[in-house]
Amino acid sequence: MENIGALAVLLAFCLAIYAIAGSVAGKLRRNLFLIVSAERAVYGVWFLVTVASAILVSALMTGDFRISYVAQHSNRAMPMVYKFTAWWGGQEGSLLFWSWLLSSYAAVVVFTNRHKHRDFMPYVVAILSAVQTFFLILNTFVVSPFQMLAVDKLITAVPDGNGLNPLLQYPAMAIHPPMLYLGYVGFVVPFAFAMGSLITRQPGDGWIHTTRRWTMVTWLFQSCGIVLGAGWAYHVLGWGGYWAWDPVENASLLPWLGGTAFLHSVMMQEKKGMMKVWNMVLVSATFFLCIFGTFLTRSGVVSSVHAFAQSPIGKFFVVFLALGIAATIYLILDRLHYLKSESQLESVVSRESSFLFNNLVLLASCFAVLWGTLFPVISEAVSGEKISLDKEWFNQLMIPIGLFLLFLTGVGPLFAWRRTSSDSLRRNFMWPGAGALLLVIALLAAGMRNFYALISFGFCLFVAITIALEFYKGSKSISAKSEMNLARAMLELTHRNTRRYGGYLVHMGIVLMFIGFTGGAFNITRVDDMKTGESVRIGSYQLTVNAVHEGENDNYMWQSAAIGVVKNGKSLGVMEPESRVYKASRQPTHEVAIRQRPNEDLYINFAGVNGDRATVQSYVFPLVSWIWIGALTLIFGTLVALVPSKVKREYARTQVVGITRKHVAVEK
Amino acid sequence: MKKYGKFAVLVVVIVGTLIWLATAGMKDTQTYYKTIAELNHMGDQAYVKRLRVGGDVGAGSINRKGNVVEFILVQEKLNLKVAYDGSEPLPDTFRVGAQALADGRMGRDGVFHASKVQAKCASKYEAKPGGGRPVTPPTYPSKAVS
Repeated sequence: MENIGALAVLLAFCLAIYAIAGSVAGKLRRNLFLIVSAERAVYGVWFLVTVASAILVSALMTGDFRISYVAQHSNRAMPMVYKFTAWWGGQEGSLLFWSWLLSSYAAVVVFTNRHKHRDFMPYVVAILSAVQTFFLILNTFVVSPFQMLAVDKLITAVPDGNGLNPLLQYPAMAIHPPMLYLGYVGFVVPFAFAMGSLITRQPGDGWIHTTRRWTMVTWLFQSCGIVLGAGWAYHVLGWGGYWAWDPVENASLLPWLGGTAFLHSVMMQEKKGMMKVWNMVLVSATFFLCIFGTFLTRSGVVSSVHAFAQSPIGKFFVVFLALGIAATIYLILDRLHYLKSESQLESVVSRESSFLFNNLVLLASCFAVLWGTLFPVISEAVSGEKISLDKEWFNQLMIPIGLFLLFLTGVGPLFAWRRTSSDSLRRNFMWPGAGALLLVIALLAAGMRNFYALISFGFCLFVAITIALEFYKGSKSISAKSEMNLARAMLELTHRNTRRYGGYLVHMGIVLMFIGFTGGAFNITRVDDMKTGESVRIGSYQLTVNAVHEGENDNYMWQSAAIGVVKNGKSLGVMEPESRVYKASRQPTHEVAIRQRPNEDLYINFAGVNGDRATVQSYVFPLVSWIWIGALTLIFGTLVALVPSKVKREYARTQVVGITRKHVAVEK
Repeated sequence: MKKYGKFAVLVVVIVGTLIWLATAGMKDTQTYYKTIAELNHMGDQAYVKRLRVGGDVGAGSINRKGNVVEFILVQEKLNLKVAYDGSEPLPDTFRVGAQALADGRMGRDGVFHASKVQAKCASKYEAKPGGGRPVTPPTYPSKAVS
């Protein structure tokens, strides 16, 4: 079976090359047969990669320990679901997974556009297939998942595999990688469309309309992936944080920042025909950041808490990135005059300029994160000394950037397109501004002195009021016109322009997440070695170690501390953090106990026993739950924005009528 | 052209502020990667700079004294005594035989005082091809830290 798998990957590689050659040649020689055959080849690639993946997955599920990948990443005792997720649990498998996702995306693109964009689809197919070819080279020649274990040329099986790291045997972690991959891989599609339209010198922005949904879905997957990763770190790793500016985390953030900038700046092109070059640059940059992120997490260029394979694939990525970036730059420069802006900026106080600054700041933050992540490499190249920048550097820079972006989120909708009169500015700013100011004064009076926290809370309220007012004003005018109640009118309003109001909901999600981030300024931490019966105070909680238990089962040995929690004289029950050692992998893990409430989390980690004392790490994290609530709001908002607008649909219909009429006129 | 002037001023102000923020913080937060061999040859410089040293956690060397965890990092047969007194708990992946990175300062007493310890998560992407079980004997946290 494994030979069939390896063969399938090899054949897929050949077919992908054919797809590139066929579609380019077909386009140049105007040979429809070639073009269609290249599109069929895309389906063929999908079929072959699916076969290969199915063989690998079934080997994982049945425990075929002759295959080295299976022996390394699964074992007999693992639950079925984690045997399946071992598909993307290791280097070779995850790259095959990448290929499979890419081929699926490509097949969907070819299918949904089989009657559309005939003039530049061949190039889209060629670009998708080129990326596919690159990954299939890795799958076939560099890190094949079908490597067998052998002793003296004799294929052998090991009795049991190493198993998946127990830290990763956690539901959020099982779906975190596929989410991120879906997001990473998905940006290939807008990129391919952008390049296709650039190569064929398309005048309009058809590529943007076609890929708008793709971009949003992809962005949604990336957001989910990042938040799931953060949630996993918080709930499982036991250090109480959710983000540490680790290179691997940064790798996932970079394309997200680029994608966010792109989602905003395409609106400028759609509405005003501006920033065409910029959009090309952004979509390319985002795509290459996705590839770069994959490279960063696998090549070991920058050391990180996450382990990396010491494999030769780094070189391949560098070559691919270099070629791709060079080709893109050449294309954009060569066709610069096709990307002329149709209108100009008129005023600093306008919607356009708020988009512009949003982009500037997002890009700046993207660059800053990239700089910080690669600084060890850069400094080694420049001065010979490997220097790393740590968490504080990132925070120092990213907190002001984040706050400025939050501020723009609020003022953007208040500015009109083109220019804003000072009168309307005063009117629009009055309520949000007054509300934010009052909140800051109240917080100051309550004794809060943290500068950034004050600003952040002020901005959060400012943006929240702005968004609420947008919804209120719009639905009030609808309810007045069509005699609906306000709630119905709000639904109607959202349905009429899902993109705009869905976007506001996403902004609301961001505001809620910022509330959660800001809570981090007031974290309380303590570590104590406590005898049974001893107690400590943290925040308003009184923690007492009641007992320490220990035991073992088939899978792991464990110790747990029963800690009684009392708040303001009222007992809140017993929390039982646990520490385990898994027998198969000798991996210690900590099962933290968390009491989650909207205002604050009490988070207790049991680090182990030290003599006759239990080492207890306790934390109070104010407002941290709002990050997860905000993330859910963000997902909901994005889904709303994906629903077709009611008004748009009607608009599309009138457009069709217009075309027929023109057609009739021509016939006459 | 006046309005473009305004834009230019705003852009310069924003970018300038960011560059200022980025460079102002760089001195205080930069950490030098050193191998243990390099560390031994640094002379007095070693006591001034913030350093990051990597290596494998030596067998049987993890020793907990109150809030300080002592262990030995081994790199190319050179040993370095490390005392970790940071507030964050040591990561789950920190154990005998694991690759670890210690951030901190070299003390005059010859002990490296770490304020942060990272251990490589030997999870997602196995470092060594060929599989094979880790050779370290089973450790239990109570024994490992006490």
